[in-house]
Amino acid sequence: MADIAVPRAGTAVGAGGRASLHRLMQRKSTIAFLMALPLILVISLLVAYPAFYSIYLATLNKSMERFVGLGNFSFLFGRETFWLVVKQSCIFAITAVIFKALIGFVVAHFVHNIPAKGQRKWRGMLLVPWVIPPAMSTLAWLWLFDPSYSAFNWILAIFGIDPVPWTGNAHWARFAVILVNIWVGAPFFMIMYLAALKSVPEQLYEAAAIDGATWWQRIWYVTLPMMRNIIAITALFSLIVTFANFDIVRVLTAGGPLDYTHIFATWAFRVGIESGDIPLGASVSLFMVPILAVAAWFILRDINQRGNEA
Amino acid sequence: MAQVTLRKVVKMYDETPAVRGIDLDIADKEFIVLVGPSGCGKSTTLRMIAGLEEITGGEIAIGGDVVNDVPPKDRDIAMVFQNYALYPHMSVFENMSFGLRLKKVARDEIRRRVNDAARILDITELLERKPKQLSGGQRQRVAMGRAIVRDPKVFLFDEPLSNLDAKLRVQMRTEIKKVHQKVRTTTVYVTHDQIEAMTLADRVVVMNGGVIEQVGAPNDLYHTPQTKFVAGFIGSPAMNFIACRLEEAAGALRARLSDTLSLPVPASRTARYKPHVGKSSLLVGLRPEHIREEPRHPEPDLHLFEVMLDVTEPMGMETLVYFTIEGTEICGRVNPNAGAADGAKMRLAAELANMHLIDDSTGKVL
Amino acid sequence: MTALTASGAEAARRPQYGSISKSRRWALRWSYFFLVLFAIFFLTPPIYMFITSLKSSAEISAATNPWWVYSPTLDNYIELLTQNQYLIFFRNSAIVSVCVVAVTMVISVLAAFALARMKFWGSATLATGVFLTYLIPDTLLFIPLFKTFAFIRETLGIELINRWWTLIILYPTLTVPFCTWIMIGYFASIPKELDEAALIDGASWTQTLTKIFIPVALPGIIAATIFAFTVSWAQFLYPLAFTTSTDQLVLPVGIVTTLIKGDVFNWGQIMTGALLGAAPPLIIYAFLMDYYIAGLTAGATKG
Repeated sequence: MADIAVPRAGTAVGAGGRASLHRLMQRKSTIAFLMALPLILVISLLVAYPAFYSIYLATLNKSMERFVGLGNFSFLFGRETFWLVVKQSCIFAITAVIFKALIGFVVAHFVHNIPAKGQRKWRGMLLVPWVIPPAMSTLAWLWLFDPSYSAFNWILAIFGIDPVPWTGNAHWARFAVILVNIWVGAPFFMIMYLAALKSVPEQLYEAAAIDGATWWQRIWYVTLPMMRNIIAITALFSLIVTFANFDIVRVLTAGGPLDYTHIFATWAFRVGIESGDIPLGASVSLFMVPILAVAAWFILRDINQRGNEA
Repeated sequence: MAQVTLRKVVKMYDETPAVRGIDLDIADKEFIVLVGPSGCGKSTTLRMIAGLEEITGGEIAIGGDVVNDVPPKDRDIAMVFQNYALYPHMSVFENMSFGLRLKKVARDEIRRRVNDAARILDITELLERKPKQLSGGQRQRVAMGRAIVRDPKVFLFDEPLSNLDAKLRVQMRTEIKKVHQKVRTTTVYVTHDQIEAMTLADRVVVMNGGVIEQVGAPNDLYHTPQTKFVAGFIGSPAMNFIACRLEEAAGALRARLSDTLSLPVPASRTARYKPHVGKSSLLVGLRPEHIREEPRHPEPDLHLFEVMLDVTEPMGMETLVYFTIEGTEICGRVNPNAGAADGAKMRLAAELANMHLIDDSTGKVL
Repeated sequence: MTALTASGAEAARRPQYGSISKSRRWALRWSYFFLVLFAIFFLTPPIYMFITSLKSSAEISAATNPWWVYSPTLDNYIELLTQNQYLIFFRNSAIVSVCVVAVTMVISVLAAFALARMKFWGSATLATGVFLTYLIPDTLLFIPLFKTFAFIRETLGIELINRWWTLIILYPTLTVPFCTWIMIGYFASIPKELDEAALIDGASWTQTLTKIFIPVALPGIIAATIFAFTVSWAQFLYPLAFTTSTDQLVLPVGIVTTLIKGDVFNWGQIMTGALLGAAPPLIIYAFLMDYYIAGLTAGATKG
């Protein structure tokens, strides 16, 4: 009797339990979905939707009543200012990123060179430009570059050098904008490279030293190959951020003099918000997409590769 | 009342089987060790018992109740993980009491149980520390303490000693055995280390390729392995396998290893081995400890032969000697005073009473 | 004899040791030299901000040595901090940043836990999507968002433009993807056995999250919080595009648009305002530098 009853009870528990487990599994993924739902909403409503909406906007006329297809783009292609902005955006982003990477690498090396107990202090000091909100620090630069009271020109005057029109002349203004960008961005590279330098095993340098490598051979054959990934990723991130930069140019020159420092973001703001031509502004900002897409593709590829290695 | 029963348990990962239908009855209070090479399905089996892996097919019962669909917390089990899985932000006391606190056990009761467990494991003075401040062995104890505190029906150990250094491992092995003697809880223990398996288990379950090769008491596995895998897996250095041909002459059997060397099969085995005469896939299995130096006085069922030693490894209490027969490297264990030397000739004795005959095509010990 | 040759060899070797330590010392000196140069380059603007903030308008327009304060005064600070307008900017910035941090952390911790541990349909795609949205800059989104908000006003009658609280809706586009991304990284680095142990101990998913994951990943949560705060505090484009009335502005835009009145630049006040505006992130950085840096480097090294 008992022998029969026990297995029956067992199966009953089993069947009931199985159904409830099924519900539980369903519930687990439902809970997970609900937990991710706010994220999905933010991404889809506030990022994905506007991104696609701007493509639609770019095909409308100024009053947004008529579909003009690629009209805005052909209008842009016919304008000299647009080509100026393209050229300036590229010069701005590429020059700034190269110098940020170089300075970051060099400074990281120097910090890495000094005794470990001092490193924290120096690292802390050298990251300050990155911590200050760029709009605030650019104001300081604007004041340093002031046409009549420039503190730099005051120093130059001591050496008998004529005042430099930092933001007044096209070349100097471009230089100033790039300089400020390097000043803001180089510390970020420094921090990334420093973290990467610390992850290179000391034995590799010792082995290289035993093999008779000079200091630059050590950098070339050990440091750089070991840091290749971080260098590439950081440069790509920075390229995206620099290419899409707004704050620095806006505060320092507002695109002037005579549009000679406008880049995509500032010009899109000028055209789209200040001049009220939203479709044209959207068209301008869309030109940032190709470079973003290329950079994103490289970064994702790297991440997937690293994922596969792990 | 905490026997564990596995019936035709199968685990598939997508299309790949990890466990291919195992049956196992674990008695109440028994210490069972699942042992096998990595990827043999031993950990998966343990995790199915714990409820951390879904069971693809078959049934698992704990204390008579089928638990296939019971979540881990309701299975009344406790588990010790390979990396201990101590909550890093909690003190030892909090770690051990976490499960009880979640169950809303009364505070006095929690304190009493944690203190009892701490006393068993001798970690009373560590209760206020964080896992970070503990040594590997201490973490191991805390992980066991966390299991003991819950007073479960079944203890599950997933390679708990593999993160410790060799010396500590031996020490903790003894510790685990003592704890089991004190608390007497049904235990399933997974390891890849056959010495751990042999020393701890009431019964050892040898697994390979998702199936059970053999279940038995440690000494049974050692002396009467049923498959070539078990024969080779249990024992260190591993059993020698030498290809042979079985010959019959004048009613006696001989295992021919080479043109010059043939071993007389003990008379007691003649009947058992006779059907295999002439088969081509036979192996002689002989443990290194059954190949030793020539004894001073003659003994029965010893076969003497002379070899050229390739390498000798003095271990102190014994010396391992290596030589080659027909391209197979053979290991023997001789007395350190027997005069074994690299490249020297030596007379050795094979204890044929302990030989095994294996059909390599089926992997079965005949 | 042997002793002699030994000491002779030692003597021959010793100058070499000397030169190695000497070259190392020189390398160190050069390192410090260049570090000082770079520190000057990196710290000049904030120091110059401070110098200017201590000057009166008279001293600034007198065009004396700009790098020195002859008659330091706190007038600029007093004036700004008693001025209603600046305090409103500060208040707006503080409320917006705190709210954005709270919203961001709730959204990203929940989502990261779901994505890192509770696989569901499309979760892998979503994780990649999170990363991609992190790469989409605000400069691409502000025009369509502006148009969308204008559309909402026309159809639903809800005014979103020129309202400081609109920024609480906007900033998460910048903070949520990155914070989710680094939280996924931190959660994924928690060993799987830890939640299995919690599962066996009888913890539910919520308990696993609140009692195990959040405390264990606390450094990551602090890093993400700091990131979210600094991004919201520094954001310039959205408030510039979406808010115009002086009582709706946040600090960066407020300083740039109201303290610069036409061509009259009151530099003492501007620098004071900018310095005070930079103070909260700088203070957080000073006290939580390691978390700040962990958050910075996590983006590229995690995941």
